[in-house]
Amino acid sequence: MTAERGTDVADGEPEVSGAGGSSTRTAARPRQDVVFPARDQYVEVVRGYRDGGFEMCADLCAVDYLTHPGRRLPDGVVPARFELVVNLLSLSQARRVRIRVQVPESDAVASSLVELYPGVEAMEREAYDLFGIVFTGHPDMTRILLPEDWEGHPLRKDYGVGRVPVQFKGAPGPR
Amino acid sequence: MSEAEPTPHPEDPDAQGSVPHIDTVQPPPVSGDAFLSPAPDGTPKGLIIETSEGSQELSARSTTDAGELRREVGAVLRLPEGVAIDPSDIDVERSDDETMIINMGPQHPSTHGVLRLMLELDGETVLRTKPVIGYLHTGMEKTAEELTYVQGSTNVTRMDYLSPLHNELVLSLAVEALLGVEMPPRSDWIRMLLVELNRVSSHLMWMATNGMDIGSTSMMIYGFREREMILAFFEKTTGLRMNHNFIRPGGTAADLPDGWEDDVTIICDTVLPRTDEYDELLTGQPVFRQRSEGIGTLSAEEALALSLTGPILRSTGVPWDLRRAMPYLRYDEVDFDVIVGTFGDNFDRYSIRLNEIRESIRIIRQVVEKMPTGDYRVQDKKVTPPPRGRIDESMEALIHHFKVFTEGFRVPEGEVYVATESPRGELGCYLVSDGSPKPYRMHIRGPSFVNLQGLPLMMRGGLLADAVAVCSSVDPVMGEVDR
Repeated sequence: MTAERGTDVADGEPEVSGAGGSSTRTAARPRQDVVFPARDQYVEVVRGYRDGGFEMCADLCAVDYLTHPGRRLPDGVVPARFELVVNLLSLSQARRVRIRVQVPESDAVASSLVELYPGVEAMEREAYDLFGIVFTGHPDMTRILLPEDWEGHPLRKDYGVGRVPVQFKGAPGPR
Repeated sequence: MSEAEPTPHPEDPDAQGSVPHIDTVQPPPVSGDAFLSPAPDGTPKGLIIETSEGSQELSARSTTDAGELRREVGAVLRLPEGVAIDPSDIDVERSDDETMIINMGPQHPSTHGVLRLMLELDGETVLRTKPVIGYLHTGMEKTAEELTYVQGSTNVTRMDYLSPLHNELVLSLAVEALLGVEMPPRSDWIRMLLVELNRVSSHLMWMATNGMDIGSTSMMIYGFREREMILAFFEKTTGLRMNHNFIRPGGTAADLPDGWEDDVTIICDTVLPRTDEYDELLTGQPVFRQRSEGIGTLSAEEALALSLTGPILRSTGVPWDLRRAMPYLRYDEVDFDVIVGTFGDNFDRYSIRLNEIRESIRIIRQVVEKMPTGDYRVQDKKVTPPPRGRIDESMEALIHHFKVFTEGFRVPEGEVYVATESPRGELGCYLVSDGSPKPYRMHIRGPSFVNLQGLPLMMRGGLLADAVAVCSSVDPVMGEVDR
C-alpha cells in the first residue's frame, strides 16, 4: 500500500467561499490536506512533513470505527477498525495537514512519533489509555487519565457506558 | 510520659507500615515494546495483560535506567536536533540517598485543581518532575458520543470552566464546518464579543491566582473583583455565570440584551485603567520581579517541540496567535496586536497575559462599533428551531421545535479539525460524523493538557518554592486537562 496524498474532497469539508467583508460566508476553515499513509510508512511520511517545515504536532487522537465501517476513504486505503489521526501544524506556512493511519484491531500497534515530536508523549499515552493502541518506541507507555488498574479502554465503541439504576424516594415497593 | 508506651524499634519490621515513606520500589517503567512479546506461559494477550501497565508515578533513581533518567530530567525532551539538553550534563550516577521524591498534590491549593506533581529534589533544587493527571477525568469525550449536537455544547462548556465560551465556540465551529452553513455576520460578531470578554475574565482569574501563588493577596482580590463584572454581564446575557451553553451550533441561543453596548463600555472603561493599577502593583514591584524573572525559562525550539501553544509559546518569542495566523470568525476585520515575549520566563508570560487583556479590550471596543444588525442564528430550518412565538401559532412549528430538541439535526458524514485560540492556547476540536444526529467521535485538543508537558523542563534546576510559580504560569485548568 502506498501513501495516498491529496486533499480531502470527499469528506465533507466545504469550500471556502470567496465572499469577504461583512457579507455571509461559510463556516469552513481553510482547506486542510489529509494524507492516508500505510501504517509501516507512517513515521517516514511524518518525518517528511517535519523536514518540510511542519514544526509542531498539534494533536494526535484515535477513532474507533467499529460501528461505522463504511466511511469514505480514497481508493487503495483498506479501512481498519482504528484510525490514528495526527494533526501537524506549520507555523511558517500557516498550514495544517492531517494524517490518518489505519490500525487494525488484531494488531493495534503503531510506531511512536516521540522521536520526531516530543510533544506527542502525553497524546499517545491518552490514545493508549482510551483506545488501547500501543505505540512502539514510546518511553512511558502507561495510562494517563485512568487509574493504573483500570480494565479496558473506554472510548472503544464496544465499551459500554454503563448505567446506574435510578431509585425514587418514596416509590411504592413491590406488593 | 508513661513508660508503658511502646516505642517502635527502628529495626522492627512491624513498624514499617507506620513510617511514611515515599519512594517505595516501583516497577521499572514499561516501554511499548514490552506489550509485543507474548506472555511467558504462552497465553494470548488478554485484557488484563494489555491493561496492567507500568506505574504512572515517578520511580526512584535506583530503579530507573540511565536513559530513562536522562529523558525525565530533560522533560520528555529529546529534541529532533538534540540542541536543548546535553545528556552528559545529567548526573545519572547520583545515588538515591542524595535525592528525595516528594509528592505535591493532588489536593494542593496552588495546583489549581487536582494536579499531582511528583518532584525529585536535591535539597531545594528540583531535578525531575512528573505531572500525574486524571483525577478529574469524567469521560466527557465518551459522553459527547451520547449527546446530540444540540446538547453537545452543554458538555464541552464544562471542560475549560474558566473560558467556557471558547469551548462552545470550537464545537460550534466544527459542527458548522461539517454542516457547511452560511453564518449570519451578527452571530460571528456576538461570538467574538463574548469570547474576548471571556478571555479577559480568564486572564483576570489567572492574574488573581498567580498573585495568590506568589504571595500577593491583593492581586487575588482585585482579579476576582474585575472578573465579577464580566460574569455579571454574562449572567445578564446568557442566564448563567459559567457553563453558559450560549454559543450553539448554528449561532447563539439568543440575541444580546438591550443596552449591552453600555454594559460592555463600562466594563472596558473600568478594566482598562485597572490594568495600569496592576502594573503599579506587580510589574514595577521588585519582589514580584525577582520571583518571576528568569524563572521557568523555555526556548522557542523547546516550546515548539513540546507542542506548547498560547502565552507559553508566545513568551519564547514566537508570534503565533491563531486569531492572526489562521483567522476564524471576523478576527481579520479587527485591529489588534499579538503580544510576544523574549525570554520565555514567568515574567514574560505574566506580561503577555496582562497585555492581552488590553488587546482584548481593544477588540471589544471595535466589536461594539462594528456590530451589524441581522440574525443572531442561521436561518436554516434544518438547524435552527422556530422562534418561541411561532410555536403558539403553528402546529408544524411546534413539531419542528420538538424534533430539533429531541432528535436533533443530522450532520453530513465527514470529519473536520477546527482550532481556535483560547486563553491557554490552541483549543481544537476533531469531529467525526456518521450522518446521525450525534457525533461519532468528538475529540477536544485541550491546550492545558499539552502545555503541562512543559512543566518538567521549566522546573528543572529551579527551586521548590518556584515550582508553585512555574506551575501557575502555565495556567492549567484541570477540567480541560482531564476532560
